[in-house]
Formats: sequence, C-alpha cells, structure tokens
Amino acid sequence: MNTAVDTAKREREAPYEGPLLDVRDLHVEFVTRDGVAKAVNGVDYSVSAGETLAVLGESGSGKSVTAQAIMGILDMPPARIPRGEIRFRGRDMLTMGKEERRKIRGQKIAMIFQDALSALNPVLSVGYQLGEMFRAHRGVSRAEAREKAVELMERVRIPAAKQRVNDYPHQFSGGMRQRIMIAMALALEPDLIIADEPTTALDVTVQAQVMDLLAELQAEYNMGLILITHDLGVVADVADKIAVMYAGRIVETAPVHELYARPAHPYTRGLLDSIPRLDQKGQELYAIKGLPPNLLRIPPGCAFNPRCPRAQDVCRAEVPDLFPVTEEDGTPLEGRGSACFFWKETLHDR
Amino acid sequence: MTANGASALGAAVPEEAAFTQEVPRGEPILEVRDLIKHFPLTQGVLFKKRVGAVKAVDGVSFDLMQGETLGIVGESGCGKSTLAKVLMNLEPATGGSVRYKGEEISRLSGAALKAVRRNIQMVFQDPYTSLNPRMTVGDIIGEPYEIHPEVAPKGDRRKAVQDLLDVVGLNPEYINRYPHQFSGGQRQRIGIARGLALKPEIIICDEPVSALDVSVQAQVINLLEQLQGEFNLSYMFIAHDLSIVRHISDRVGVMYLGKMVEVGSDAEIYDHATHPYTQALLSAVPVPDPAARESRDRIVLTGDVPSPANPPSGCRFRTRCWKAQQRCEVEVPLLAAPSWLDGAASHDSACHFAAEREIGQAGQSGQAGESGQGGTE
Repeated sequence: MNTAVDTAKREREAPYEGPLLDVRDLHVEFVTRDGVAKAVNGVDYSVSAGETLAVLGESGSGKSVTAQAIMGILDMPPARIPRGEIRFRGRDMLTMGKEERRKIRGQKIAMIFQDALSALNPVLSVGYQLGEMFRAHRGVSRAEAREKAVELMERVRIPAAKQRVNDYPHQFSGGMRQRIMIAMALALEPDLIIADEPTTALDVTVQAQVMDLLAELQAEYNMGLILITHDLGVVADVADKIAVMYAGRIVETAPVHELYARPAHPYTRGLLDSIPRLDQKGQELYAIKGLPPNLLRIPPGCAFNPRCPRAQDVCRAEVPDLFPVTEEDGTPLEGRGSACFFWKETLHDR
Repeated sequence: MTANGASALGAAVPEEAAFTQEVPRGEPILEVRDLIKHFPLTQGVLFKKRVGAVKAVDGVSFDLMQGETLGIVGESGCGKSTLAKVLMNLEPATGGSVRYKGEEISRLSGAALKAVRRNIQMVFQDPYTSLNPRMTVGDIIGEPYEIHPEVAPKGDRRKAVQDLLDVVGLNPEYINRYPHQFSGGQRQRIGIARGLALKPEIIICDEPVSALDVSVQAQVINLLEQLQGEFNLSYMFIAHDLSIVRHISDRVGVMYLGKMVEVGSDAEIYDHATHPYTQALLSAVPVPDPAARESRDRIVLTGDVPSPANPPSGCRFRTRCWKAQQRCEVEVPLLAAPSWLDGAASHDSACHFAAEREIGQAGQSGQAGESGQGGTE
C-alpha cells in the first residue's frame, strides 16, 4: 500500500459526526426551447457510512438528475441549480472551488452507471482504464497502475484477471463489464458510491451475482451506497431505507420493511398494488390511472393529484410538505415521512 | 434451404378460405416442431466462407392453443425473439415445421401466405422505434389495410381506425397526431391497435411492457387481457419479467440457449419447476418483499450464458449446472415429462436429473455452484 492510499485512509478515519452526504432542498432545472423543465424540486436526503439508500422512481422522476448533481456531472447549461445544498461531510460541494470538488469526485464519491458498454471507452483496454484512476489521482507509474488494475479485477472476481487485463470492453460479457464498472468505482476506495440502475441492463441470473458483489464490497469497506432504481424487487433485496420520488420531489421516505408493509403515500401504494400477485391471477391488475406528468407543466398543488384516488381540493391548491408519519396514537415512526395531506388515511386504512 | 425449397413443390396450396374455420378452444392453432434457425457466420470479404453458425433457435417444439396465453421466458440471447420472428415468417426457418391450423406455413405462398400473415400479428418491445415518426397515428394503424384491403374497404378505413383507437383506450380524435405527441404507454397502445387492425387470431407480444414505466405496465397488461377476451385471441407472450408472465399466462415455456428446457402450466413451472435452470431463474428474481430477504433460498449461477455459436455438447445448461454429470456432457436431454416424477412435477422438462427443488438442500447446491468458479467465462 503506497503512501497516497495511506493518507486517503487517514482522512477517511478523521472523525466526522453526522451523515456522509446530506442533500438539502436541491432544485435542478433544464432550460429547453419549450420552457424550463423542473427536474428536481426540493429534494432532501442523507446517507451515512455503511448505509444503503434506495431512490425509487419512474423515468422523469428526477432520481438520476439528483445523482448527477451530486457527482457534479450535469451539463450546465442547459441545467442549472437555482437552489439547494449538497453537503459531503458537512461541506457544501456546490459552493466549493472546482479543484476541491474534483478531488472529491472519484476519490470520495464514485458512480456506477447503468450501461457499462457505453460508459467504458471502447478503444482503450480495461486495464488501461482502471489504471488511469491511479495514475491521475495517485500519480503512480504505468507498471504499478497495471498491477493495481489486476488486483481490482480479482477483487470483483473476474476470472483470469492477469490474462484479461489487456482485453477491450467488447470482449467482456455484460455482467463482466458491470463488474469492471464496479472495480473502477472502488478503485480509490471512496466513502460513497452512487449506483444508477446498476443491474437494469443485465439478465436476472447475472443481476443477482452483481448485486451480491456490490453488497459484499459495501460491507467490507463500510461505504455509503445510493442505489437508484425503478425496480421494487431490487430495492426490497438490498436497501436499508427508501426515498420514493415523483415529479422531482421525494413523496415518501421510510425504512424498507415499513414501506412495503404500510405505505403512507397513495403513489407508493399504487406502485405496490400494481405488482402482479399470486392470488390475483386472472383478475385485473390494479393500475395507477393516467400518466407521469410533463416536467414542463407540473400540475399545481401535489404533482400526483390528477392520478390520485384520494385527491381533494386541497391537493390541487397546495404543495404538501414531507410530513412526519406517526402511529395512530401519535407515536413517531422513525425515518418516515410522506408528502401527502392524507397520509394518515393512506397509512391506516389498508 | 429446406424451408424455402419446400414452397417450390407447390403441392396443394390451400385456398384462402381454408383459414376461416374456427379452431375450438383448447385445440392447437399453431404447432411448432423442431424449429431451427441458424444464422451463418462467414469469414473473408470477397469469397465469404462459412465458418459456423449462431444457433439462435435449435430445435424448439410446442403448441399454441386457441384462446390461451403461452408465456416464453428466458435471458437475453436465448432465442426468444428470434423464435417470434421465425413464427411471423419475418425470418425463414432453417429447419423444422410451423403448422397454422394444420397447414405448414413455410410451404405456402401467394394468397395463402398472405392470409396466414393476416392472422398472426405482432406487438413489438420498443414503442419508440417501432412506430414511424413521420406517419400519423391514423396512417400507422391503417397501413395494414393497404395490404389487406378486404378487411376494411377504402371508405371505411378512417372509421375502422377510430374504432381501434377507442378499443385500446385512446381518444379517437387523436387520429391525426404523430407518435412523438404520445407517451410510452400510449405509444404501446398504438402498437397494439396496429396489431389488432387485421382482426388476427394470434398476437405475438415481444416484451410488450418492458420499456414502460412501472405504473403504466399494469395498464397495458390489463388492456391485453381485456382484448383477449373480447376478440378471442391467442397470445404468445415473450418477456423476461417472470411475475408479469405468471400473471398473464396459462402455460409457460422456459428457453435457454436456443432450446426449450421446460414447459408447463403456470403453477407447474412456478411452484413445481423440475429443471435446474428454471429453478435458478425463479430464485434469482428479486421479490418485492423485504421480509423475504433472509428466508430466500437463492441459487446464484456462476458465469454467463455460453455463446450460441458454440454451445456446449449434450445439455446446454451443464456448464452452469450444479447437478451436471458425465451423462449431461454426451447425451442431449429430451423435452418430455420425466417418467420418475408424478403429480404437478410431471410436466415436460429437458433434464436427465429433473426433480423438484428441496429447499433445505438448495442452499448447499447454491454454494456448490459458486465453487465452480466461472466455468463458462
């Protein structure tokens, strides 16, 4: 282990109380020809070391845009961040200098993308691309970088890593490519990994392998993990807590067991009810009516109101806050919140 | 080759009228036997030398019954989409037979082939690329009538298209809009309306909901089920989402590397699977229930699906199978009900060691699979 890695280790072990990442009131907009698309409208979430936060949402819910804002890889313009804070270990990344931010990106926060084939450079060998991380951030020699690359490939269990280090991305299968993406994210031993639909492009049997590997490595390094997905099954398998997004806002947060057992937002409930269940065979599935909103014209009030079975006048007039969710007798439920005026009714009359 | 050459025989091509008779419910409307589709691999630029073949579909047999939904599941590359294309006659088969109402379709030509094609329609996976962006919705849905004018005479077409829009739950006034003005779910409804236009008997749905948002998938599934009842359709439903396949299917076929490895009713496959691949596939699917996280007995397969250009000898699954023995290497298992099983476990399964999964033992077998590191990679 070289000295650079040692310093990084020491920095990580520096005591810091509170969550690793804390996103507060984040807004992201895109200026388009047709107007301003409000992709993220006040998102709050936090992740601690060793914790897995799943961000669940459909396409256009703002889940990926939030992640890109955290990584600082949004194209600005057309994107802009009119408001909000993204605090990493207490320091706001949106106000810090470019160079300082660059040091966090990749070293402290790494990202795994959905489509490994397009995320990897097709004309460079995977060994070169993995080694690049060490050369750029740690300033090691070429030979050393190659050695590190082999080590990483072995860590993500790519068979015959020594022989395959000079292979190109297209020579690997989908599952193996996603392992290389994971290896790349792990290279500098980050504190936090953001995985944007890491297994969506993979087959189920390979999906299970990759998810297991990710969970195992997360536990080994005590990393925070933000898992962005639309798959309720994957979430149930790995997450500790869940944030459900709709039209750029978090509509419900809850620990994973509670969310599936007792959703407190009609959207979450609708999603869970629309999963085909055994006892419903041959019956009509529950379907949320209507379509996700156009981000150029988000409905006034609660964005879900045109599709909601519980919508009242208040839902069309006011935007609901993320209310704390409690038991019927008022006992607070830790970590739970619902952005619905009728969360009580939704939670209690199942 | 064999399939095309057969049409030259020209023997007793049936009249179009031959296909108007109805098949009673529960009788086979489509019989597929030993269907083969190989794509040649060539080498060289000028003198293309054949060096092998991608065996996309390699001997698949099944029946599609009138009025039923047959689900086909399998991972990418297992040949399920190629199977759909061959059944649609979009790709000529390399071998085997497809009989529609008892008539061999590769032997048909002219009017008879046209009639068959009218009766077998398809709904595609991606509603963004399967609709021509320069055509209006009315033109897209009405285009089949250009080829089959007998279904809707010229004057009635606009009305027919508007009726179809209404049937699939879209506003008939949208007839002059373009595909980009619709969302993904609405576009898939347009694709379904086009599939219905010629009043077919069979619709092949190739991953019809996998490109859609979760909240919209249920709407499209409900629509497909409602249409099946209304128009007495037979579906072949290709998908990789096992829970949706179970919901919609009467019978399910599991494919692996160009072969059908197990076929049975939905309960037989999901609750009494006897083929190791089916068992692994079912156990790997993430279940949307966090309570099941600890209790789940997952079989994690190692490695990837081998290349269909060079499939393993014997049983194609043996390189990833924890039950594999010497016998699996030399002897291709046949798709048949194993004689040593009874009850719900006794359905077609192509495994020499077919058996229902014993939950206690499965954990061990999962580990056994893991120790066989990357056998196929």
